[in-house]
Amino acid sequence: MTTHLDAPDATGVPVPPPTTTARRKRARPGIQLIIGASLIGLVAIVALVSLVWTPYDPETTVAADRLQFPSAAHWFGTDRFGRDVLSAVMAGSQITLLVGFIAVGIAVVVGVPLGILAGMRQGRLGDLIMRGNDILLAFPGLLLAIVFGAVFGAGTVTAMVALGIGSIPAFARVARSGTLQVMKTDYVFAARAANRSEFRIALRHVLPNISGMIVVQCSVNFGIAVLAEAGLSFLGLGTMPPTPSWGRMLQESQQFLGSYDYLAIAPGLAIAVAVLGFNLLGDGLRDRFDPKMRSNR
Amino acid sequence: MARRLLSSLGQFLATLLVATALIFVMLRVMPGDPAVVALGINATPEALAQWRAEYGTDQSLALQYLQWMGGLVRGDFGTSYVTSQDLSPLIVDRVQVTLILVGLSMLLALLVAVPLGMLAAIRHQHPSGVVLSGISQVGVAVPNFLVGVLLVAVFAVHLGWFPSGGWVAPADDPVEFARRLVLPVIALGSVQAAIITRYVRSAVLEIMREDFLRTARAKGLTKGAALVRHGLRNAGVPVVTIVGVQLAAMLIGSVVIERVFVIPGLGSLLVDSVGNRDLLAVQAIVAVLVLLVILINFLVDLAYTVLDPRLRKAA
Repeated sequence: MTTHLDAPDATGVPVPPPTTTARRKRARPGIQLIIGASLIGLVAIVALVSLVWTPYDPETTVAADRLQFPSAAHWFGTDRFGRDVLSAVMAGSQITLLVGFIAVGIAVVVGVPLGILAGMRQGRLGDLIMRGNDILLAFPGLLLAIVFGAVFGAGTVTAMVALGIGSIPAFARVARSGTLQVMKTDYVFAARAANRSEFRIALRHVLPNISGMIVVQCSVNFGIAVLAEAGLSFLGLGTMPPTPSWGRMLQESQQFLGSYDYLAIAPGLAIAVAVLGFNLLGDGLRDRFDPKMRSNR
Repeated sequence: MARRLLSSLGQFLATLLVATALIFVMLRVMPGDPAVVALGINATPEALAQWRAEYGTDQSLALQYLQWMGGLVRGDFGTSYVTSQDLSPLIVDRVQVTLILVGLSMLLALLVAVPLGMLAAIRHQHPSGVVLSGISQVGVAVPNFLVGVLLVAVFAVHLGWFPSGGWVAPADDPVEFARRLVLPVIALGSVQAAIITRYVRSAVLEIMREDFLRTARAKGLTKGAALVRHGLRNAGVPVVTIVGVQLAAMLIGSVVIERVFVIPGLGSLLVDSVGNRDLLAVQAIVAVLVLLVILINFLVDLAYTVLDPRLRKAA
């Protein structure tokens, strides 16, 4: 087991080893973390199961079964093409998670190194990176995705890339702010005195110390990506038919409001559960990594 | 103060210049010739050449950009490649609709979020405070278009209290204008209210731990009175930041809400123009939206200086 004796905190002041009670308290996950992880776990399990099994083929249309109310045969009913809504919601979770993973992945891979670089090289280069970041901030993810849709054609890949690029500024800012704190610590001064290269310092000292903040940002941006993808599909600029997508299911349900309201409930709930899960997970992780924030929530 | 103002203004203009250049370049890499998109694949080479000369797409990219920027500065957005319609009056009309929708929604969000956030902070150890926090947490997770669809289902389709969508200009029929805006404003404003409530609560909780508030309470003021007289201004800086961020988010979020409620705003025009591959219209609308986002950021930056005397002195 590793000891925390004299491990410096973010301000460089050595911290005494935590007491057993404090350690237990820290080890116990908060309620937000538990609920958030459970909801995301549920979505992930549904997505994995839908890879090998769904009650019906979510893309096959059955004219005889169109617009059937929820029943034992079709738990969430069927849509105007006779497709099983439960199967489509299950399959839709794959697209949701895929878009989230790729969008957040792009933002992490590009934004974090840029943020660390801006934090470690606070001169012209740092300023240049952050000014570029400010310009990118003027293009919210959804707007960028609509523009990309116009240029390259709407689709899941376009949405993922655009949402990823739109999330880069958030990660660059978080990484830069964390890096600025880490760069003031004694162990970084020691590493510099020992003539360690900047790359090694970034990899060995900066990255591990800001990883908590990055993980929190990943969770928050995952939720944002899920919402944005649903919004794009709602506009007809996201995932294209026949691939099931929660946003498009919701949009299609609009013309049947009043007669077949159940069509809106299942995809709507699915979106809310996924976003709530990621938001709670983000809050829970933030509490864990940043105890100062705990009492504010 | 003047130096800070000039610096912010300089940054605003520089960001705007680079952002418009980016928009121009992004939309010019669009595959396919706009002349072919406008006239169809069966158009003769002569007709295509004439179209290119008429719209200036046969000139160099740099010249096209300068002409477009010159037009923007004069308020001339050009002529649609697809409908041959003058874009300026169209965009001005649509911007007004979007700004009314976003402005009223933000007003509703603030009217709900500020008192609720303060209440949630003051009563953070009471069950009512915890319930308020829980509701705002769930509210943040619900997409505004889902709220819109549910509102239409309940209040327009089942109860018939409000129209399900459409737009009437306030000058034509003020009552119908208000009736048609109720549901979209609630749909767009309620989710923002949930988000802002959380930030107000967090900012007020932070302020409640400050020494000056303890001193005010020691002088005999109640928790609420101390907060109103001394805390609100201090909580203002983080709240103004989030209001600015959310205002920009609402502007973009209104694209989807306008679709749900069939409102002829800038967002609807953008989605239609993307569908029609109307390059110049998309370019102009995106430029207007980005300008508004940058303008909001600039105004937030100015608001800091007004709200925080330390920044005024530093400047």
